[in-house]
Amino acid sequence: MFKHKFYLILFLLLPIIAKAELTVEVVGGAAQQIPIAIVPFSVQASPTQIAQDNISNVIGADLRLSGLFRVLETRGVTSQPHTLSEVKYSDWTSIQAQALTIGTVESLPGNRLKISFRLLDVLKQSQLLAMEFNITPAQQRATAHRIADMIYEKLTGEKGVFATRITYVNKENGRYSLQVADADGFNAQTVVSSKEPLISPSWSPDGTKLAYVSFEKKKPVIFVQSLVSGQRIVLANFKGNNSAPTWSPDGTKLAIVLTYSANSQIYVINADGTGLQQISFSNGIDTEPEWSPDGASIYFTSNRGGGPQIYRMPASGGDAKRVTFEGAYNVSPHLSTDGKLMTFIKQTPAGFKVAVQDLATGQVQTLSDTSQDESPSFAPNGRMILYATSIGGKGSLAAVSVDGRVKQRLKDTGGDVREPSWGSSQN
Amino acid sequence: MKKSILMSVLLAATLAACSNNAVKEKPAAPVVDSSKSSQVSQPIASAKDDVATTVPGSKNEVVVNPLKDPNNILSKRSVYFDFDKDEVKAEFRPLVEAHANYLVTNPNAKVIFQGNADARGSREYNLSLGQRRSVAVKKAVNVLGAQDKQIETISYGEEKAKECKDETCYQQDRRVDIVYENE
Repeated sequence: MFKHKFYLILFLLLPIIAKAELTVEVVGGAAQQIPIAIVPFSVQASPTQIAQDNISNVIGADLRLSGLFRVLETRGVTSQPHTLSEVKYSDWTSIQAQALTIGTVESLPGNRLKISFRLLDVLKQSQLLAMEFNITPAQQRATAHRIADMIYEKLTGEKGVFATRITYVNKENGRYSLQVADADGFNAQTVVSSKEPLISPSWSPDGTKLAYVSFEKKKPVIFVQSLVSGQRIVLANFKGNNSAPTWSPDGTKLAIVLTYSANSQIYVINADGTGLQQISFSNGIDTEPEWSPDGASIYFTSNRGGGPQIYRMPASGGDAKRVTFEGAYNVSPHLSTDGKLMTFIKQTPAGFKVAVQDLATGQVQTLSDTSQDESPSFAPNGRMILYATSIGGKGSLAAVSVDGRVKQRLKDTGGDVREPSWGSSQN
Repeated sequence: MKKSILMSVLLAATLAACSNNAVKEKPAAPVVDSSKSSQVSQPIASAKDDVATTVPGSKNEVVVNPLKDPNNILSKRSVYFDFDKDEVKAEFRPLVEAHANYLVTNPNAKVIFQGNADARGSREYNLSLGQRRSVAVKKAVNVLGAQDKQIETISYGEEKAKECKDETCYQQDRRVDIVYENE
């Protein structure tokens, strides 16, 4: 009964252009930060092979960004070790360092680099980690993020997220561009750009594709685009609006929202655009579907009871149960990867704020200190929530820790930034 | 060239002053002034364009396009809504009725109802809300006899919303714009 139009568009002009990069400003921090010293890595390679930022700077910025580390100034320290034999522990206890990172960058034949690093416990005078990487010069930032992840995991016991990616929409000079960047906002690349709005990007679970909504056909249509080949398909272009795509955890299906029957309702469709099936049937707005990590349930926003609240229903459809009860306006559910926490936007007397709800107890905590928040998503390790807000009248990205203690602003250098989504740890 | 524009402006102004034709305006319809809306033509521009057209065969009779006549309620093109609501408020009944009557008496006329929301809350929810608002206006004119085939409903959600700091500004963004084909 539905006519499927299945387009395969080769994106010949795929513009992979580095755009205005984001710089990060950390506000606040955890109560107990781990003091760590990171000695600038020694470099024995030609200047053309070396990234602008020393690897140690990138590692330091990552750890600082997490809010869990205090990165100590190392310039005043007499010894500047790069190898284990050069380490004089008393120099590092004297500046109260608990951990020390040292390393080297060396040139290898065939325009490759060898990066070695060690993480040392200053108090126990022992080695915690030692690792070597054989990389191309272009992989320096990525390698620095991986080292930061290893340090983070070793010292906090949780997985790091510095080597993951985020996506967001940047509006600048009247154009919208969907961008993918490293979690620290660097290496921004444009996936697609348009004169008309782009909204609701959603990562495939394996991090190789993005589903998003584009108004380029003068109405909302859902596309799925490969980040590997740049190829894209029209996933859904039915009568009315096509919007709010999110991938099932196994990546085979997407939940989407259509106004085929005049009112926004939730449907499930195969990732190739076949097998459309309606799963919500209400007289109100049903939108913003979000799969539970086990794929069994779909959380969504509905105003079936008056104002918008978050509900849960079986992924195959069926009875919906209300999930949010505090306040008159709760929207945009997103679940942590362990399925225990839900972040969402809650209208409070102080504005629209990022909140988190413990799904077992129903306990709600409002986290953000900003007031026009939208589009929250968990970091893959569930520790931080990335969201969009308005700062100084301009769309900006911000992040807050799930306990509300660490707050960050990701400030861009030009555009109006919105609709962020944090990719999985697999990408 | 200049002279002919001047002539038609004068003609239109004269006619606008004495014409009371087409759909009759309801007395004192409390329609919100939508002159700031980009959809509404300015009187001068209308005069230059297509307001005044001489009916063939009768040099003295002129038909004013009621959709563009600033004295006609049909030139009002925006229906405004309360926050998170999609009910057409009573104060916009006369406006909606006038457009319904126009669609009934002009069965070939086609119209798009463009739903919008203010920038607060989620983009996806606002896209759905804008759609509900455009459908609410459609239902209101359907009841009065306008045909489904004459009406298209779309939503821009909050994508066309302004950067607002107060309720007066937000209020302007919560609206359905009425746009006729070929306008």
